[in-house]
Amino acid sequence: MISKEEIKKLADLARIEIGEEEIESLRGEMDDILEYVKSIQRFHSDEALPKAEAEEELLTGQLHNVMRKDENPTEAGTHSKELIAEFPEKEKEYLKVKKIL
Amino acid sequence: MEFEKLTIKKARELLDNKKISVKELVDFYLKNIEDQNKNLNVFLEVYKDVAEQIKEAQAMIDEGKAEALTGIPIAIKDNILIKGKKASGASKILENYTATYTATATQKLIDQKAIILGRVNMDEFAMGSSTENSAFGVTKNPSDHSRVAGGSSGGSAASVASNMALGALGSDTGGSIREPASFCGMVGLKPTYGAVSRYGLMAMGSSLDIIGPITKTVTDAEMVFNVIKGQDKMDSTSIDFQAPSSKPQAKTIGVPYHILDQEGISDEVKKNFEEAVKKIKGLGFEIKDIKLPNIDKSLAAYYIIMPAEVSSNMARYDGIKYGLSVDKSSPDIKLLDVYKKTRGQGFGPEVRRRIILGTYILSAGYYDAYYGKAMMARQKIRSEFTEAFEKVDAILTPTTPYPAWKKRKN
Repeated sequence: MISKEEIKKLADLARIEIGEEEIESLRGEMDDILEYVKSIQRFHSDEALPKAEAEEELLTGQLHNVMRKDENPTEAGTHSKELIAEFPEKEKEYLKVKKIL
Repeated sequence: MEFEKLTIKKARELLDNKKISVKELVDFYLKNIEDQNKNLNVFLEVYKDVAEQIKEAQAMIDEGKAEALTGIPIAIKDNILIKGKKASGASKILENYTATYTATATQKLIDQKAIILGRVNMDEFAMGSSTENSAFGVTKNPSDHSRVAGGSSGGSAASVASNMALGALGSDTGGSIREPASFCGMVGLKPTYGAVSRYGLMAMGSSLDIIGPITKTVTDAEMVFNVIKGQDKMDSTSIDFQAPSSKPQAKTIGVPYHILDQEGISDEVKKNFEEAVKKIKGLGFEIKDIKLPNIDKSLAAYYIIMPAEVSSNMARYDGIKYGLSVDKSSPDIKLLDVYKKTRGQGFGPEVRRRIILGTYILSAGYYDAYYGKAMMARQKIRSEFTEAFEKVDAILTPTTPYPAWKKRKN
């Protein structure tokens, strides 16, 4: 079973505070889900293309970058009012955050 | 005037022929909301500017400029943004968030002066299949109040099924338009990925998400889809979807019987499906047995890819720029605490679960075993569909393996 420490570490990485009870229930739930999705190992990549080709296909096949011309920038301040209105903490037009250092 | 059985198509005719006014039409749905919403919990908010919208729509019709959805009352899923209006994704973390821009799909409805009635309930951040994961209570199935409406677009489906709207926008990542539509006896269209812009849709699984209509009829779904579809410069994964040209001859329909012959599908669904197949044969279609050999890996692939993408997409809800921010002004709370407490308290259990799962899947050491494999399986499954479509024009399966279940809480 996935360990308590591992769950704690994952919660830490995901920046979510979870209580002891939830850590316990998550252990069981994660195990159940991982046990099920492990069945993906039954998929043999040689059924598709050889691994190297499959990976290349993944990286370049269907997806490609869509770029736009670097022109007509939005004028500064166009959306500021509505965005600032949503700040949980502000000081004048600045987003206020806790100190980092 | 019998409004119960109206469709968007019929309403369009009546409005354009001046048989009914926009106000008369919309009042019917507003009355149903007033009578039933407290019980069914469909709408999280009905907009206060509906009267104004009605005036503008009527003016458009009177000027002879009506378009497909002018004056038609539509409900919008709570994860689709409208500038100046609240959008919460049915989550406490965005309970008081006001959207700062409008989704392209909704803007297209607004441009035609459709009547945007309000925002409807869903599973939190589209994670769920019943609305039992909403932070604001479950939505009851209008056909049977002891059962769920389905999800995650449960509110969308229930709004149309209970005549609180004539159409609704939902979103689908792993069935969230199709399943609730099926549970409520409505038509749900999950468009091809990219056919509708995702700009303004709160992202869940970015390689899977799509906005689509829930309506009473297929024609209605087509009408709404034609309005909301189209390539959008604000969404670089959007495309100009070209429907394959219809052939006048009878079509071939593929049924993957090997899927239907397994455990877990209710007898009622099987019987229902067989009756549908009979009907379709009777209409002159040929039914072909097809194989989708790797379809049994779909759920596993989905439950790897989706949480991975979710864990990334949910990172933006951090209590800093918008939304819930826990104890922001308390001097004892450090920055890390703001993140952890906001997310711990603002996200519901299912959202937390999927983020943790996604974090695990994407962490070093597991990436290849899970995510890498899942991506390859996805490619293969996709190619098997492509192969099948070379032999058949459409593929038919039941939408869900069983009907709506009894709700487990209120």
